[in-house]
Amino acid sequence: MQTQVTVIGGGVVGCATADALSRAGVSVLLLEKGDDVAVGASRANSGIVHAGYDCKPGTLKARFNVRGNELMWKLADELGVPHAKCGSLVAAPEGAEDGLRELASKAELNGVRVRILSRAESLAVEPRLASCVSSCLYAPDAGVISPYKLTIRLAERAVLNGARVVTEAEVRGIAHDGENFVLTTSKGEFKSLFVINAAGAGAEAVNAAAGAESFGTEFRRGDYFVLDKLEGENVSTVIFPLPTAAGKGILVAPTADGNVIYGPTSVPEDAPDTAVTAEALAEIRRSVPLTYDRPAFGRSIRVYAGVRSIVGEDFIVRESDKVKGFFYAAGICSPGLTAAPAIAEYLAGLVLPRLTPTLHEPVVVLPHAPRLTEMSDEEINARVAADPAWGRIVCRCEKVTEAEIVAAVHSPVPALTVDAVKRRVRAGMGRCQGGFCMPRVMEIIARETGVPFSAVRKGGAGSEIAVAAVKETEND
Amino acid sequence: MTDYDVVVIGGGPAGMAAALAAEAEGAKVLVLERDTRLGGILNQCIHAGFGLHYFGEELTGPEYAARFAERVRKSSVEVCLEAMVLSLTDGREVAFLSPERGLSRIKAGAVVLAMGCRERTAGAINLPGSRPAGVYTAGAAQRLCNIEGQLVGRRVVILGSGDIGLIMARRMTLEGAKVERVIELMPYSSGLKRNIVQCLEDFGIPINYAHTVTRVVGEPRMTGLYYAPVDENRRPVTAEEKFIECDCLLLSVGLIPENDLLVGTAVERDPVTSGAVVDERRMTSVPGIFSCGNVLHVHDLVDNVSREAETAGRCAARYALAGEKAVTPAFKVTAGSGVRYALPQLLHASEDKAELFFRVDNIYRSCRIVVESGGKTLYSGRRMVVAPGEMEKVVFPLAGLSAPVTVRLEI
Repeated sequence: MQTQVTVIGGGVVGCATADALSRAGVSVLLLEKGDDVAVGASRANSGIVHAGYDCKPGTLKARFNVRGNELMWKLADELGVPHAKCGSLVAAPEGAEDGLRELASKAELNGVRVRILSRAESLAVEPRLASCVSSCLYAPDAGVISPYKLTIRLAERAVLNGARVVTEAEVRGIAHDGENFVLTTSKGEFKSLFVINAAGAGAEAVNAAAGAESFGTEFRRGDYFVLDKLEGENVSTVIFPLPTAAGKGILVAPTADGNVIYGPTSVPEDAPDTAVTAEALAEIRRSVPLTYDRPAFGRSIRVYAGVRSIVGEDFIVRESDKVKGFFYAAGICSPGLTAAPAIAEYLAGLVLPRLTPTLHEPVVVLPHAPRLTEMSDEEINARVAADPAWGRIVCRCEKVTEAEIVAAVHSPVPALTVDAVKRRVRAGMGRCQGGFCMPRVMEIIARETGVPFSAVRKGGAGSEIAVAAVKETEND
Repeated sequence: MTDYDVVVIGGGPAGMAAALAAEAEGAKVLVLERDTRLGGILNQCIHAGFGLHYFGEELTGPEYAARFAERVRKSSVEVCLEAMVLSLTDGREVAFLSPERGLSRIKAGAVVLAMGCRERTAGAINLPGSRPAGVYTAGAAQRLCNIEGQLVGRRVVILGSGDIGLIMARRMTLEGAKVERVIELMPYSSGLKRNIVQCLEDFGIPINYAHTVTRVVGEPRMTGLYYAPVDENRRPVTAEEKFIECDCLLLSVGLIPENDLLVGTAVERDPVTSGAVVDERRMTSVPGIFSCGNVLHVHDLVDNVSREAETAGRCAARYALAGEKAVTPAFKVTAGSGVRYALPQLLHASEDKAELFFRVDNIYRSCRIVVESGGKTLYSGRRMVVAPGEMEKVVFPLAGLSAPVTVRLEI
């Protein structure tokens, strides 16, 4: 069958676009360079659904942020993605109230609900604000979502609506044969009528391959601490400092899954390198106490970094002037996660009138992936009786059963690596960081996919957990 | 009405010894073990060195575990395997999930916590750099090597000199890997002296004390790391950073008693051990809940775990069968100078002798251990050398205890 649209990039924008088009009856091919969807900026960011008060009025950022926020909550429910509309605070020290008023007037222009709260009112929302905080800008429509889960579930819904996802397919060349775009990739050649470049940090290279515009990408790394779920009860709202030219600043936020994060930094990088630095961690340690009282760095279970791709002040979301039928979304840094459903809606709106979709009854509400932790005793016992794998807890920290892992391995966008399983069902996300469950998860992946245990990977190509079988090393 | 007199959570060395001791008192006992067999982490510790004190002979981990597992099989102790305890209440209601029994909620006359410990991770120590394949805790690497038959690296660096790290330095060497060096943040090892000698010195593996890993390099597979000496505040001196090419970093940077189950209970915790606060019976601040083994405090030798667990199991059975003893005053035990923690943290005056276990906070040569209470010396004894890696034990008579107890070092 003729592929109508190829989407390049399995991040949140690419997956949301593939989802929007496939729901509308368009035949979509999604090409992802990595081993799974959500392995770039979409897996390593703050997971914030921004309200949209701080974007410059009139920009694409403002427009897509506000629209994305409107779309996000229903979308998260349809897809079964963990989220919480918990509100956000911008915490200002004494003397910085002007900064809050400036944000409030931007909020009004953007059509975003905000209120300026006194210290006492702020403390009622978030009891652990730092003592130097004198007032806050409160945005009730902000919240948090699991960014990688959102991306994966969007891809899954796209697949259920007929899209095809091909991973480890790096695009190397894009030509046009008069009728179709011809994409040369590491997984072979693909053809389609339209191409949408949502390649994130790689968008520049994909545009170059197609002969489309160049825009000059800057990279900014953001480092984070992840805290144990025990700290979850201490943070209920997203807490920002006053934004600066460098961005929204180092925040304290609950995650949709019950952890807490501190971060991100904003460090210029020549390439999208996600290595965490000691200097960045030290900066977070210095910054958090300015908004949040009694930070619990001792409860950190993980540090990570993600890289923002920035092209000037605004997003670029458009059709190429040079290559007709080639669209691109570039510079989707913050608030890109929030904006993604709106960017997808916009891109779909550009493409749809130019092709003939197949009428179909789309899958809207994704089948729920049941979780042990959400079940009643009766439901658990019924499941264990039918399948003993429901009684076998593999990840003790996050209480994930063998049945959930098996289901992830066989899901519409299959989890074939230890990290892919982790992003889908949280095995290894807890305080032991997979120390106990990793070998069990490897065993299940090997058994369910028929690969040898020794070939099971952490993530991308070349990340096999083991390097040799015992007694078979080269020194023998 | 209770379903069992004693429910033991965990079927490793502590759980098995506690269960057998409880059974010997006449209790109806259930052991809940999350793995597919009894033995816990001992099953992956295929090296020798276990049992010298308890059995008077040198055994491997699986052999030591098998001796207890055999006794359990011959006993009336009931065992439920692949059973994960999901919650525990102060009223000793235990909810657990297993393929065999589904989700069960049972009530116990007494509960013995014997869940062991987990390893500190790269994330917990905020290890900078990339997050590639090749960075594992030493225990995970040990399991992959000894149970799954997989080697996780060819050129290996080990951060931390805990016992598992030292054992894995030797193990990886014997399997043909090149262990480049061990890097230890502290000026001394947290492992046993015998492991430094037998696992590093005998194989010519260097150890850098007062050094740390400053950055992991490589993605998706590790290609090397930077390390540097640390100053007196344990901060890396980055000007002296050096690079080592390697494809594997094993972490042996501390063990943490795995007390996540206690979150829903009122069991008081010791901030130094991360385990429960217990008295000489190993009973916690919640009557009827006992704790032993590495979930109580991290032990140096499994032989000490077994002994401690027998005390807990015996006392748990007595509690369940006879009800709580008349309460006699309990006095706090405090760690004084040179001592990191002492256990039990409470002693009852009714006992006629006390056994105190403790760990020192540095290496001290030619020192004296002093135990005092209310101005009276209960114990005083010389030691040639004491080290943080080895647990110290003192026994002394307790008659007429009337004040808190302090254990300290005189240097």
